[in-house]
Amino acid sequence: MRTLEQTLEELLDLAASYFRLPRERLSPDDDLFETLRIDSLQALELLGRLEQHFQIELPDYELQGVTSFRALAERIHARL
Amino acid sequence: MVELERCESLGEALRDALERWAEYTCLIEVDRERETCRLTYRQFRERALPLVSALQQQDFAPGERAAIIMTNQSKWLISAYAVFHAGGVLVPLDYKLSPREQIELLRHVRASVLITEFPFWRALRQEAGWVELPLRLVLVTEAPPEVELEGARRWEEFRGDGEPRFVPRRRQDVACIVYSSGTGGRPKGCVLTHENYLEQCRSLTAIYPFSPGVRYLSILPTNHAIDFMVGFIGPFVCGATVVHLRTLRPEYIRDAFVRYQITHATVVPLILKNLERALRERFAVLPRHKRALLQVLMRLNRWLTRRQPNVRLSRRLFPDVHRAFGGHLEMLIVGGAFTEPSTLQFFYDLGIPVANGYGLTEACTAVTVNDLKPFRADTVGKPLPGVEVKILDPDADGIGEVAVRGKNVMSHYLDDPELTAETIVDGWLLTGDLGRIDETGHLQLFGRKKNMIVTEGGKNIYPEDVERFFDGLPVKEFCIFAANYVWPERRLGQEHLILVVHPAPGEGLTEAVRQQIRERNRRLPEYKRVHGYLVWERDFPRTASLKIKRTVLAEEIRAHRSRADVQWL
Repeated sequence: MRTLEQTLEELLDLAASYFRLPRERLSPDDDLFETLRIDSLQALELLGRLEQHFQIELPDYELQGVTSFRALAERIHARL
Repeated sequence: MVELERCESLGEALRDALERWAEYTCLIEVDRERETCRLTYRQFRERALPLVSALQQQDFAPGERAAIIMTNQSKWLISAYAVFHAGGVLVPLDYKLSPREQIELLRHVRASVLITEFPFWRALRQEAGWVELPLRLVLVTEAPPEVELEGARRWEEFRGDGEPRFVPRRRQDVACIVYSSGTGGRPKGCVLTHENYLEQCRSLTAIYPFSPGVRYLSILPTNHAIDFMVGFIGPFVCGATVVHLRTLRPEYIRDAFVRYQITHATVVPLILKNLERALRERFAVLPRHKRALLQVLMRLNRWLTRRQPNVRLSRRLFPDVHRAFGGHLEMLIVGGAFTEPSTLQFFYDLGIPVANGYGLTEACTAVTVNDLKPFRADTVGKPLPGVEVKILDPDADGIGEVAVRGKNVMSHYLDDPELTAETIVDGWLLTGDLGRIDETGHLQLFGRKKNMIVTEGGKNIYPEDVERFFDGLPVKEFCIFAANYVWPERRLGQEHLILVVHPAPGEGLTEAVRQQIRERNRRLPEYKRVHGYLVWERDFPRTASLKIKRTVLAEEIRAHRSRADVQWL
């Protein structure tokens, strides 16, 4: 069973590789839209990648109200 | 199609459609790759009528307000029809708003019935204002079996017996209350009558007729005025099929175009640009000779279709592109915000006509549309049949405020006679948008007179609604403006909000305050964020009741500062 911190680390790794950014530029409390320079549609694309990795289903509404990587990790963690 | 001119209400038009097209496929609902529901018009009716009975057994009265907070799905449309059949007033609320904002609007509209999905209900009832709402019936869809709903009812089990009564309404009666903005600020509940919708539907279907065989992919939220009309009322009265996707993930949207042989879809500019980017990326990796050939074919297609679209011909010129969209796409409709002409031209050159237009919730949906005969990327088309458009106080270039008159114009703003009187003057709806009518009768837009922005995602953002998120900022005073309101530019697109801050006396804008601006901004939903801030050292002009005189302040800023002084975030 992963801890929340592990989920967060894996999320940051995945986001960095998916959007081709150096991993060290991403921090847990960063705004994910601003850091990744993505719009809401591109964020939805990331959900597909996260589903594959974590083997869970993430409905679109799980992105609602989420701005930081940490908040997204919490949503993922709750579904593990 | 159903003869709308003979109908008195949306309930009547939809009821006739359900009978007339009984054996045609009405709805397909897809959750990712799983098809979860497929209904004929007859089956739709069979699902809706027991809901009407149950509502009536709960004494749901004509004119009573029922709100819906749901993603696009069959239950949205079935519930809406049930409300109309029972003579109710529908309040479609945006499921993307925060629970707090939804509660503010539920309170403002005084809905007595709420129909919502389980995750939204769960979030709503955690808010402090939930228990004070005047709701007497809450229906929750797809609630897990083990969950205790504490007074709410399961939508799936809420079924009455006996023949439901069809409650006739008159054309002037209220059909819907749709919020064009006002979460946290001044709520703008547009009160729209049955006549507004029936006439809007008549004029739209005169330009773009749907028919059985049309497969409309519903991507925009159905609570949005555009999808409500183009993705529900319009297809139904014409016997078309609506395809609902339970996700907006691009990979599933692409898949749905192919699997369901989609012929029409409405998108916002944000989605259209996303599609454009994906196509351009694919073109960029083609071998050089193929890229050159593509350019030649695009120019050829533009010439061949210079008078009107010819999708069959274009499909032969660009088989791969059209196959990626399923091979049956006739047209994309774009609305909700300004679309760059270059994007419209790009799709048109590939043989995918994009019908753009101009509208606002206060005018039911659309005011003008491009009939594509011929295609014009530089305008938003001509006024719809039965809709008058005039330009108020035009300047030397013919540019002035766009005013609209017609049976599509809303009745009033809910509980706000003052705002209604400012907005509808002598029967003309003052849009706050700046435009010009060219010699061919097409409307061209050049910016806004009003202090607001419209995002590429089609959301209207009023500065007053964002200001509360900066309450308590340690400065003397602050105010938010649309940058184009302070420094008007005769164009649309790239609209920005700026925060004007007057620091505490003698302090200047400290790094701590700057940091706080950045942090608060980051906590806002992406589309509500301010894009920059401006330091202003003078007192804000205020009324006797201490409200900021925004127009005067904007004039002062314009006289002493330029866009270059804004610190962009």
